[in-house]
Amino acid sequence: MAHSDTYLVGREKIREYAAAVGEQNPLCFDVAAAREAGYEDVVAPPMFAAVYKWRAMRPAVLDPEIGIDFSRLVHGAQEFTWHLPVIAGDEITTEAAFVDEAKRGEIRVYTFSSRSTNQRGELVCEGTWTNFVR
Amino acid sequence: MDELREVTITPDRYTTYHYAGASGDFNPIHLDDEFAQSVDLPGKILHGLWTMAQVARAQTDVVGDPLALKSLSVQFRGMGVPERDITITSKLKSQADGEAVFDCEAVQDGNKLVRRGKAVLRI
Repeated sequence: MAHSDTYLVGREKIREYAAAVGEQNPLCFDVAAAREAGYEDVVAPPMFAAVYKWRAMRPAVLDPEIGIDFSRLVHGAQEFTWHLPVIAGDEITTEAAFVDEAKRGEIRVYTFSSRSTNQRGELVCEGTWTNFVR
Repeated sequence: MDELREVTITPDRYTTYHYAGASGDFNPIHLDDEFAQSVDLPGKILHGLWTMAQVARAQTDVVGDPLALKSLSVQFRGMGVPERDITITSKLKSQADGEAVFDCEAVQDGNKLVRRGKAVLRI
C-alpha cells in the first residue's frame, strides 16, 4: 500500500507558499539572494514539505483498503526530518506508506510515513503523519 | 541562544484562504463558517500545518536561515481560529555539536494548538 508521486517545485509556488506562512527570508523570494548564498534558485521553506508530499500522502490516507472515514479524521501529530534543501526546479518524488493502526480509547490512530528524494535520488525529507479518527 | 523565546503571531481574516491556495488544502472547515459549524466546530479553523509552519518559523527566524531546521515534531490539539493572537514558546533543552534542541508549544486564548513540539536547529 505504497503511493508515489513526483512534484515539480516551481519558483512562484515557493514564493506563494512563503507569503502564505509569513516567511520573509530573501532566500525564499529573491533569486539573486539565493544565488549569492550558493543555491541555483529560491529555496523552499522547510514546511513546504507538507505541500510536495501531500499528493503521495492523500491516496495513502484515503486508500479504501485502510478505510478511514475522512469526515471524522483529525490531524493528530506530524514529524518532519530535513536532509537537503529543496530548490525551485527540483523534482521531488515522495513515497507514502501506511505504517500501522492502533486503538487509543475511543479513538483510532493511523500512522503514515513518507520519504522524499530529489531528481538526483538524494533523500531530502522524511515525514510521519499521525491521524486520529473520532 | 536564549533559554526561552516567545513570539506572537496573529492570523488575519484571510490567512486560511491564502494558505488553502498555497497548499492546495481546500477543506471547507478552513474556509466556510457555516460548513464548519455544521460539523460542530466554532467556525472556520486554521490549518494545523499552517500553525506548524509558524512554530518552524519561530525557530528559523532566530538564526535567519530557513534551512537551519533539521527536524520538527508536534502534536496538534486545540483548533486555532483566525484573528486571535497565537503565542509560540520555545524553551532550549540542550545544545551541543552545532545543534540546539527546543521544546515548543503554540497557545491561543489558553488553548494549546500545538503541544510537545520538539525542534532541532543547526546553529
